[in-house]
Formats: sequence, C-alpha cells, structure tokens
Amino acid sequence: MFTGSQIADLFTSMGITHVVSIADSTLGPWHPAIEQAPGLRLVRVCREGEAWAVAAGLYLGGATPLVLIQCTGLFESGDALRNVLHDWKLPIFAVIGYRSYLNQDTLPGDTCLVFTEPVLDAWRIDYRLITTPTQLDEIRQHYVACREAGRAGAALVAEGKA
Amino acid sequence: MSDDRSRMPLREAMAALHRARRADDMIVTSMGAAREWMALGAGPLDLPLVPSSMGTAPSIGLGIALAQPRRRVIVVNGDGAMLMNLGALVTITAAAPANLTLILEDNGIYEVTGAQPTPGSAAARADGTNVDFLGMARASGFTSVFHFAELAEWERAIDEVLAATGPTFVLLDVSSVPGSKGPRSPGPAAARALALRRTLSPGVV
Repeated sequence: MFTGSQIADLFTSMGITHVVSIADSTLGPWHPAIEQAPGLRLVRVCREGEAWAVAAGLYLGGATPLVLIQCTGLFESGDALRNVLHDWKLPIFAVIGYRSYLNQDTLPGDTCLVFTEPVLDAWRIDYRLITTPTQLDEIRQHYVACREAGRAGAALVAEGKA
Repeated sequence: MSDDRSRMPLREAMAALHRARRADDMIVTSMGAAREWMALGAGPLDLPLVPSSMGTAPSIGLGIALAQPRRRVIVVNGDGAMLMNLGALVTITAAAPANLTLILEDNGIYEVTGAQPTPGSAAARADGTNVDFLGMARASGFTSVFHFAELAEWERAIDEVLAATGPTFVLLDVSSVPGSKGPRSPGPAAARALALRRTLSPGVV
C-alpha cells in the first residue's frame, strides 16, 4: 500500500529518530528506505517484545523511537508492552501491520483478523485503522495527537499477505 | 546450587560496581540486582527496573546506550532473566554500542521465587552441566568478554572492564541470598521515567 520512501519520509516528518522493527513481507521492504533516510536509524530486534523495551530505553535516553512490527508480534509483545506502556506510561507509538486484512490468499481464515483489534483494545492502545493509500497522513495526524496528549498509540496498517 | 563453582556474594559484587561507577554512568538493574543496588543507594542516573517485564533490562539498556552514545551504560541482569531474552545478546551486538556493558550475575536459580533452579543451571539439566553464557556472548559477537568468580578478582579488574570497548559482556558467578525477596518499587514508575528522561536529556520535551 505504501512505498518505503513514503514511509521513511513520513517518519522523518514525524520527528522519529529510531525505528525498532522486525520485518514481515510488507514492512520488510520499507527497511532499506528507512536505513537510508537521514536522521533515522533502524534497530533490528530478535523478537517483538524486545522492540518495546528497546524503544523504552531510547525514549528514556531522549530519543523519539517508533515500533514497527506485524500484528503477530503484537501478540508476542504482551508483558513487555504492558510494562512499557502501562507501568512506566511511556508514550511509545507503533505502526503495526495487519496481516491478511486486504486478502487472505496466503492464509485463508487467518485468525489475525479475529484477534488483532480486540488485543489492541485489551491493551488500551489508541489506534487508527489504515486501509487505503489515501490515509497515509492519518498516521502522522494520529501520532501528533498521541504525542500532544502524552500517550501511546498505534497505526494499524492493512496488509495483503503473510 | 548443585555445582561446586566458587561464587562471590551478590551484595559485595554490586558494592564493587557501586564504588567503581563514574558519576555520569547510567546503571540499569533488575530483580535481585535492583534490590541490592537500591540498598546501596541509587542515584538520579540509576534505573532500578521495578516494576519490570522480566528479561527486558538488557533491551532497555541497549536503547539508552543508543540514545546516549557518549555515556557509559551498565546493565546488571540475572541469569533467569537473561534466559527469558537470549535474543537480546544478538540484538545488542547487531547494534554494537561501544558504550554498553552487560553484567550477568549468575546464581543458577530463580532467587526471589524460592530458589528454584533455572533451566540453565546444572541442577536442572539432563547433562548436569551449566549452560555456557560466556560462549553465548562470544558467539553473539560481544567485543569484550570477562568472567569472574572471585570477588577480589572482580574488584581488581572492574575499572579495566568498564573501560573496555563495548559491547562488553561480564559473567559474575554469585551466591544466592537465602530467603531474599523481590525488589520493591522505589516510587511511581511514570514519575521516575519522566525524571530520568529529563536528567539524561535536559531540554527534551
């Protein structure tokens, strides 16, 4: 739905300094543009729970991190996410890929469609669902609203395949 | 503990670090190490990670080290917590912050829950041997790797260890503290986080 350069430009315009990420087939192709963007650093982690903790450390150190993971990684993130967003109340923003939302060609009946939004609700994460290319700037707008309110948030970006 | 390794007392090991740290060093501690560090006296640049998500201290330390590249960041983690997040060893060396030291205090047990052996300890393993944390650190690509079992050796070497080019991994064989409890939060976490961010980065909103 978005190109890597669109995403890198978006993150740069948001003032992001570090993108903490694990690739999937939609997010991974964005990585090269993120790595090449002046002012952005890509930090690769081994599991998504780590991403929240690395982002927490970056935030505590004065940086402006963003977590970029697939919804399956959101499921994996549970306790780290709880600690960072709710114990320490750090306003970390995430862009989360919504697997199979646009089609289920690869994974018919993908249960990501069942659990992703209820899990975001359960963790009390204020998110916006992004399903069309025209919504790119809604990610920035939601980020700015969350930042000004001092709270965490997420953009849930529809994906078409696993 | 069922092995016969020589071990140093945790409190004294932490006290040595407490004496050796520079005023501008950032110290992140978790679980038993956080309890001992707070007993020794935590300063404004210290983060006793309480409350915590067990296993995340090295990852938080990595983030701080990347955001503060001119500051030494020292993380003290337990072996049970390390086993929960072994991938952090690889994540750290991928980013390769020269200013990060990860100290692993290994007592072979989950101390605060009643001293149950970890899956990494000889007592809980079918082959009766401890897992090789030093080997893991070396294989993951840590630039500097150290191991101490005797307190006097740790005290003698600590300045050299902290001055080494990182990422640095230090394994300390420590004895358990019988009957010890988990660390208590020193205050509201959100307020502590905000104060720490302002201390580390004055002027950042």
